[in-house]
Amino acid sequence: MTSVKSMFFVAALLLAVSASARVEVHNFEGPEQEARYNKLIAELRCLVCQNQNLADSNAELAVDLRRKTYEMVKQDKSEGEIVDYMVDRYGEFVLYRPRLTNSTLLLWAGPFIILVIGISLLIRTVRRRRAGQDNNIDDASIRNAAALLDTDRDKRNA
Amino acid sequence: MTRAVVPLVLFLALAGLFWFVLGKMNEGEYNPRDVPTQFIGRSAPEFSLPDLLDPTQTVRPSDMAGKVWLLNVWGTWCPECWKEHEYLVYLARREGVPIVGINWRDDAADAKAMIERLGNPFLKIAFDPSSNAAIDWGVYGAPETFLIDAGGVVREKHTGAITPQVWKEKFSRYFAAARSAS
Repeated sequence: MTSVKSMFFVAALLLAVSASARVEVHNFEGPEQEARYNKLIAELRCLVCQNQNLADSNAELAVDLRRKTYEMVKQDKSEGEIVDYMVDRYGEFVLYRPRLTNSTLLLWAGPFIILVIGISLLIRTVRRRRAGQDNNIDDASIRNAAALLDTDRDKRNA
Repeated sequence: MTRAVVPLVLFLALAGLFWFVLGKMNEGEYNPRDVPTQFIGRSAPEFSLPDLLDPTQTVRPSDMAGKVWLLNVWGTWCPECWKEHEYLVYLARREGVPIVGINWRDDAADAKAMIERLGNPFLKIAFDPSSNAAIDWGVYGAPETFLIDAGGVVREKHTGAITPQVWKEKFSRYFAAARSAS
């Protein structure tokens, strides 16, 4: 029991350490700058970890790029200017939300194209199935079924 | 019959694709984590940083104007940098390749110790502990090596260690041309 407790304690300590690793103290001039900074670090990619944004990553490059973003926000650079600066150096890949260009057209339109294909496939399947059901039940089998039901009713009545 | 064949063909096509891509990755021809550089064909970004070995001196890319040269970003924390160092020394001493280093996000004492131990392939080493030049050059990992031509334009970039093979494939032709021109 005590060993479980101490393990918990150690785990909690480790968590505390990793949580404090990303606390950076920033002094923004107003909430607008802070919002701009937070939006930017959420939308810029850490190029070392690649599946994390700057806000989530503890990689040293992410720390550096966060600091660069902070400096530029403090110089009152607009969101567009900062994004342009990063794209200029690291390419479109640095953006989590890629811009709509010829090369990203398929990326943006893809989900909608797949949705349309999916819906049309669904409609076709449903239609075909319904048509198939109609063909299977001919007049003869309906009469057969009716006859069976009738015999049942006769038995019950008798 | 076709119902069974379609998924099988799809599966084989996917398996073939994965096999092909993995093969390319193993040969080192394809790196899915590589971020293509934006700098090819652009003029080299300028910086002004103190020299690691002599902080009274400043290192600037424009100092190298008129030469074909390499800019190598390295740090003692980067294992691949240790691996390529010997070959850089060879290039500098035997092939006469001008190399400028950027010592990136490093401890000056550690960096000096490494240079003392393994030899110095660099004409100058810009000391960049706070990533100013590195970010400006779009560096995201070390080692990264850029080739800048006599007109100050970036012509080539390699992420990862410089090996004889990389040298032959990407860089050597620029120096052969520079040599025959002079």
